[in-house]
Amino acid sequence: MTVDHEPVSTADGGEPRFSTWTGKARGWALRRLPPDKLLPEGQPSYVSSWIYVFGMGAVAALVYIIGSGIVLALNGPTWFHVSSLGRFINSTHLWSVELFFMFMVIHLWGKFWMAAWRGGRVLTWITGMLAFVVSIVTAFTGYLLQTNFDSQWIAFQAKDALNAVGIGAWFNVADLGQILMWHITLLPLAVAVVVALHVVLVRMHGVVPPLEAAASDAQLSSATPNPATESEHRK
Amino acid sequence: MTKSPVSTSWRTRDDIASRPWGGTLREYDLFKELVVGVVVVGLLVLGLSAVFSSPDDPSVTLKSWAQAQPADFVATATAELGGTSGTAGYGPPYNSTPDASQKLGPIDLQSLSGVRLPIDTATDFVISPLQTLPTAPAAIDEWTKASDAQHAAWTTAYADALGKAPDNDPAKVPPGDYGPVPALTGALLAMAQQGTLDPVLSAKGSFYNTDYKASILFLGDGSYFPGLADAQHLTGDQWGMMNETGNYPGQSWLWLFSALYQVEPFKSSPNADVLVVFSMVILTLLLTLVPFIPGLRSLPRRIPVHRLIWRDYYKHR
Ligand code: HEM
Repeated sequence: MTVDHEPVSTADGGEPRFSTWTGKARGWALRRLPPDKLLPEGQPSYVSSWIYVFGMGAVAALVYIIGSGIVLALNGPTWFHVSSLGRFINSTHLWSVELFFMFMVIHLWGKFWMAAWRGGRVLTWITGMLAFVVSIVTAFTGYLLQTNFDSQWIAFQAKDALNAVGIGAWFNVADLGQILMWHITLLPLAVAVVVALHVVLVRMHGVVPPLEAAASDAQLSSATPNPATESEHRK
Repeated sequence: MTKSPVSTSWRTRDDIASRPWGGTLREYDLFKELVVGVVVVGLLVLGLSAVFSSPDDPSVTLKSWAQAQPADFVATATAELGGTSGTAGYGPPYNSTPDASQKLGPIDLQSLSGVRLPIDTATDFVISPLQTLPTAPAAIDEWTKASDAQHAAWTTAYADALGKAPDNDPAKVPPGDYGPVPALTGALLAMAQQGTLDPVLSAKGSFYNTDYKASILFLGDGSYFPGLADAQHLTGDQWGMMNETGNYPGQSWLWLFSALYQVEPFKSSPNADVLVVFSMVILTLLLTLVPFIPGLRSLPRRIPVHRLIWRDYYKHR
């Protein structure tokens, strides 16, 4: 069977129009995020600052958090007390988390001082904050999962704040089984989804221009062809 | 035209920030940057782990407590029997002690859940564990048959006597009207020292258990466990909620949360926890919604850190 569903051109501008839901979804996605926008080979000239490193740094740290977390999960939460390899993997898990938060916080304040929510980028900012908050809860459950003195004390101390706002009755910090599930399934999944959404939103909107960029700037008014995209246009 | 050419609003409008960039580009390899990032961060992680490792102080047990500080253990067990311990007076979700819950003005969130994780300290921490012994002490009978008033009289008398005894040593308490309390607390101490209390306190006689709240709460009611935490700079007034054992950075991102506990009006408030959590929720919401809040959202324009960030761009205008 052959299906003939060539997109029908519209009168204005020749944008393809689809008739099926699937086709419409694809059309929408392609319009919002064409492949060369998702994976560009160039960036605006103003994307040349050390501050842009930290978002990617947080992604890289997250890669190690998940990798080391998987090894720890496969061996169970008490493995690292008795195995020196376990202890080392636990150390990489801890230090990638510390780096992750360091990068994320620098990134957050960088984006704040850049007012990077401008020009329709507010959802990027909000998903970023969501990533920050969910990461904090995830790290907290990780600390509760250590099955050592530290986790005992954190469970004893943290219950008060949770009980005072009525959450402790359901989110029982001393219940290792419950905390394990939160830490290794629900919360990492939430972090991954939020971060993925965040990064896709960044690509959709493009990187925010400098606060004082003006139409008269040399870098905006110059008509010099661009080496980075030229090859693509020629294709 | 807008009044100010530099808008920090979140709105999409007809300005440079809202339109796709039409100016010069530079070559930028996303995947290469990611790979370089992963390699550099990997080296950092491996280096830090090799040099600093990670902390792992062994857990405290009821056994280690009973062996290290038997007097503290007996005093705590007496308070659990008499219903005067921290846990006994905690309120929801463990019990319904009147006026124990924290309130945010007229709002009592703590009581909304009701007693969802019920704990009766006398029964759960002392009597029930003793009943699991092959020969349960006869004192249990005497205790269970007595009235609440009698319980209170016995435990108060014994607690006072313990407080006055040299080193608070139960062996040095003069004779008095303590009923079965010394026998019960003594038997529980022996059980703990042998290591048979640890497996029954939280598991309550079943094979599997993952909920350690009973053991954690009992430990926390004494002064041995909090004392160890204090020595490790982990208590609330030591910014403990962001610290971890040893000299490690811990959850430093909780610094503001910890800081609020150190200052008035939070510090001395009986509602400190709910006030701090509430304040943190408000502050987090403010930061999340900053693009919508006039004044706050113009801070990046008023304090032009962006000149530093985009120095290169501004240089070549
Ligand atoms: C899980 C943590 C996070 C990860 C992995 C992450 C990742 C990224 C990446 C890779 C970019 C693009 C490159 C860059 O500009 O650095 C980006 C951009 C952005 N991030 Fe995040 N981010 C995280 C958390 C946050 C937080 C906490 C905020 C602030 C609330 C935030 C706000 C933004 C904004 C507004 C942009 C757009 C920047 C622009 O257009 O110039 N992100 N993020």
